Amino acid sequence: MAKTNRKVPQMNSSSTADISFILLIFFLVTTSMDTDTGLSRRLPEWDPNAQEEEIKAKERNVMVVLVNKNNEVLCRGELIEIDQLKDLAKEFIANPEDKDNFPVKEEYDIPGFGTVITTVKHIISLQTDRSTEYETYFQVQNELTKAYNELRDEWCKATFRKSYKDCTEDQQLYARGMYASKISEAEPKQY
Amino acid sequence: MPELNTSSLPDLIFSVLFFFMMVTSMREVELKVQFTTPQGTEIEKLEKKSLVSHIYIGSPNKEYRASLGTAPRIQLNDKFAEVDAIRDYVAQERESMPERDKPFMKISLKVDKKVQMGIVTDVKLALRKASALNMVYSASKKKDGQ
Repeated sequence: MAKTNRKVPQMNSSSTADISFILLIFFLVTTSMDTDTGLSRRLPEWDPNAQEEEIKAKERNVMVVLVNKNNEVLCRGELIEIDQLKDLAKEFIANPEDKDNFPVKEEYDIPGFGTVITTVKHIISLQTDRSTEYETYFQVQNELTKAYNELRDEWCKATFRKSYKDCTEDQQLYARGMYASKISEAEPKQY
Repeated sequence: MPELNTSSLPDLIFSVLFFFMMVTSMREVELKVQFTTPQGTEIEKLEKKSLVSHIYIGSPNKEYRASLGTAPRIQLNDKFAEVDAIRDYVAQERESMPERDKPFMKISLKVDKKVQMGIVTDVKLALRKASALNMVYSASKKKDGQ
């Protein structure tokens, strides 16, 4: 047994760095992967003096969407299916044929763009019951958002010849001015 | 040319790795309610995670059912709460934000599909009273392209 010239063989650890790099990248990715998605809304400001928000508007300017406790959707008093709502809302918001029972069209000045003729005063009043299911409510919100998004997209295509997605930030702002989202939510009713 | 000694590189990266592992698990809130958020087609991504605070509404997990029942409950941070607690929660969340981010604070409502609107409306009213007006109905993207 020659004790002198024994060397402990060294493990090749040059790949440890790479392995831990891979782990590091994995954790980096998973941390940011969990981004939240959803429908954004801005709530109206709370005014303690105003007891009930009353919608002061002419009847032609208001579209009442009611979701009752049986999760049935009523649009302007008529029972409809949820997938019909988008087209009804689009027709209501844009009023393409200038009908009498649809919102009045007025001149409106979009800051930075100019004057357009649009239905500034339209209001979509979304009413729910306290026992309406959240799922139905959400789908209604989704359809209404879709109506606005499609109208903005169509307007962008007609005005700037590109879809809303491809427009510059300013152009998107004009489109949002043209079809500003006006969804009002009253207190749910308890029947 | 003298070679750079890289023998400490793995250790260095390991410590960064451990840091990230810690951070990932620490930020998670232990969910005490069950919920499946609805699916939509028009949903957007929330840009900045640091601006978002969550409110969970759903039926309590199995281990809490004996004492709480199955009626939907609100969870703020780590515990069950009533609607009245939202005001303090919002104030506390807002306090923990840097000054310039405060106006952009967002509340994400993670609500179970089956929950009735009454509780959601109460929460929304509480948010308005606490003047946290930017909110998001949390949802996932619908898979099929309808």
